[in-house]
Amino acid sequence: MTLKLLKSREIILAAAIFVLIGLISTRFANFAAPDNLINVFNDTSILIMLALGQMIVIVTRCIDLSVASNLALAGMIVAIINTMVPGLPVPILLVISVLVGALMGAINGVLVWKVDIPPIVVTLGTLTIFRGVIFLISDGQWINAHEMSDGFKAFPRIVFLGLPLLSWFAIATVAAFVLLVTRTPLGRAFFAVGGNPHAAVYTGINVGYTRFVAFTISGAIAGLAGYLWVARYAVAYVDIAGGFELEVVAACVIGGISIAGGIGSVGGAVLGALFLGIVKNALPVVNISPFWQLAISGAAIIIAVAFNASSERKKGRVILKKAEQIT
Amino acid sequence: MPANDHIEKTPASEAPVRKPILSLRGISKEFPGVKALSDVSLDLYAGEVTALVGENGAGKSTMVKILTGIYQPSAGTISIEDSPVQFPNAHAASDAGVTAIHQETVLFDDLTVGENIFIGHEPRGRFGLIDKAKQLRQAKELLKRVGAEIDPNIRLKDLGIANKHMVAVARALSIDARVVIMDEPTAALSHKEIAELYELVEKLKADGKAILFISHKFDEIFRIADRFTVFRDGQMAGEGKISDVTEDQLVKMMVGRSVDQIFPKKEVTLGEEVLTVAGYSHPTEFEDINFKLRKGEILGFYGLVGAGRSEFMQALFGVTKPSKGAVKIAGDIAVIRTPSEAINHGIVYVPEDRGKQGAVLGLPIFQNVTLPSLPRTSHKGFLRMAEEFKLARDYTERLDLRAASLDQEIGNLSGGNQQKVVIAKWLATEPRVIILDEPTKGIDIGSKAAVHEFMGELAANGLAVIMVSSELPEILGMADRVIVMREGRMAGEFTRDEMTPERLVRSAAGILEKAA
Repeated sequence: MTLKLLKSREIILAAAIFVLIGLISTRFANFAAPDNLINVFNDTSILIMLALGQMIVIVTRCIDLSVASNLALAGMIVAIINTMVPGLPVPILLVISVLVGALMGAINGVLVWKVDIPPIVVTLGTLTIFRGVIFLISDGQWINAHEMSDGFKAFPRIVFLGLPLLSWFAIATVAAFVLLVTRTPLGRAFFAVGGNPHAAVYTGINVGYTRFVAFTISGAIAGLAGYLWVARYAVAYVDIAGGFELEVVAACVIGGISIAGGIGSVGGAVLGALFLGIVKNALPVVNISPFWQLAISGAAIIIAVAFNASSERKKGRVILKKAEQIT
Repeated sequence: MPANDHIEKTPASEAPVRKPILSLRGISKEFPGVKALSDVSLDLYAGEVTALVGENGAGKSTMVKILTGIYQPSAGTISIEDSPVQFPNAHAASDAGVTAIHQETVLFDDLTVGENIFIGHEPRGRFGLIDKAKQLRQAKELLKRVGAEIDPNIRLKDLGIANKHMVAVARALSIDARVVIMDEPTAALSHKEIAELYELVEKLKADGKAILFISHKFDEIFRIADRFTVFRDGQMAGEGKISDVTEDQLVKMMVGRSVDQIFPKKEVTLGEEVLTVAGYSHPTEFEDINFKLRKGEILGFYGLVGAGRSEFMQALFGVTKPSKGAVKIAGDIAVIRTPSEAINHGIVYVPEDRGKQGAVLGLPIFQNVTLPSLPRTSHKGFLRMAEEFKLARDYTERLDLRAASLDQEIGNLSGGNQQKVVIAKWLATEPRVIILDEPTKGIDIGSKAAVHEFMGELAANGLAVIMVSSELPEILGMADRVIVMREGRMAGEFTRDEMTPERLVRSAAGILEKAA
């Protein structure tokens, strides 16, 4: 029954998104046009990717608040490399950004695993440390569009089969995560560790290591998103994507991923991110102040959590023999 | 080998010399300050059920944890078919074919049945990915083998405990376990479910699995076990074949200790009645509880874990609602619907789980003590720190609390001292009846003695004490009277003169008293 509920939770969210698009179309007819929807998806690609990385971390009963800072750090590093060696091909920069992000994620993971610091404290710390590191390596300077090579900036915009590469990155990440979460022992272990850490130990799963891997993967995606972000907006500075980690966590929570760990799905994370992405893109075109976006995503979070809480009720104990027949 | 010739009279084809699959020799396990196991041995044979019997704290769970690789023994050897092995972690034990089914199944509620069966050893297909179709097919086969009609696609949390056990057994089969440990598997099952579990045990036996069955219930030990091993206080108290032993002998092995602990029980002249409970019942947890409690009396509540003692106490304290029954305090009918009403009537409850229900770990000692007494220590709605300190000092001194300062966080205290703070907190409300639920569980021996000491004093000062305890010596040493509960009902009531360890164990386990 719960399985149905979980599935229907995603269906409910998908329905909410359709209703939302419908409502927006009444005010701005072109919103539902394929071209515009592709734009909205492309615009939400980075949020989708980060939400997926965040999802596995939350599923292991942790949280990664440092994703946006990690993104900014990896972005700054590849931007600096690009200004120094403009001829370096983009794929090499991609690898570098992924490695930088994975390293930062691994630092979070080691602190959680070996030093046993609560994840919220670790990543709150690295959130500010990573920004500090960006300031140190960039001297607080901006790297602007004219300092970046054309190839560097154009890469995410290259259109392939009607979609920009940025969108393809998001699609590839979704596909990889579906495989990871549903078809690998590691993906299964994420859920086991978050759902019942005690039982996971008995099953022979290394709880700390599993969390470490989740943080590293989340970091690697943040690093990849770092290059995509800097190339797409053609600017790198200390504060890019400031506060974006909250949007990422919000997407997860709206997508039905339980902050208590053990529950979540790729579909949920993607739909949660799309919901926020649509709200964000729609409000300016229908002339509503962007500040409403904050209120709407806040309301969506509370509704989503209330929905999750109502499906988790505890049953009492049955000791008396005569009570057995009833239950 | 010739030494065996004269023993083995039956033809060799019928009864070959049996060797244990799994054998533990000279196992000891020490924790800082405690010796949980001391030189114990255990043999498990293929196709046989060995019952591990012992009181609470006898070392059974420690043994299970050593067998499953959670704990490492301090001394001794584990061997599988004569070759020594080590289980440095749960994985190693599982690889060696040892698997455990726990009382409250330790599996994953939010995963599906199929995923639970195969977690850690999923069937792989191409590219090393999990082969879901194969997993489903194999899960169905395994569930069929254990005789459970469960859809492998539903989530574990939607199953009852009996079916969760079935899943755990299917999991054991899936890793091709040779040794299956069942830790009180029937404690939370209905009678029909228990019968199904017995059938399953028979199937596992027929499959040649060696089974270690931990249970407090004598009827089931005699029904399904072939052998027994008894632990008492972390030591071997006996082993052999079930067919060679009687219930009486087994009970004696369990409890037959020299009572070397001296309990500070004080002789108290009982005063007037303070509490009368009549016909207290709950739809699912307990039924028809009746007793009277007098000033200065210590009333023990004994029973197996899950007999409904704590559940009844929680209802008496207003945490849960009874369906029937009445409470009289000092002769007047009292209505108790919430804990604060209970406190106003002078009934306080010191729960079993200090961390969750008793102490607020982040707060300093004095604030923990004054928490239920704030109206008395405040003036016009503002707290008065000086009075809080005074109240806290008065009561913690009475209990001889050892702490550097009352400003100290309670989380930094030892278990025994935490317990003292929790009790001081309730004494500060000046109650008439204090309920102590497993007051010495998980605290060191020195603190235990101190808790018993002041429990005696409380009674001597005219407080009525209800003590829920699963530890026989504590009940025998401290209680004036004991009520034994079994399956949610009162199974027996004994005065101090009538109490014997055998009688209490029999009553709790449901063994009929022999006609004297």
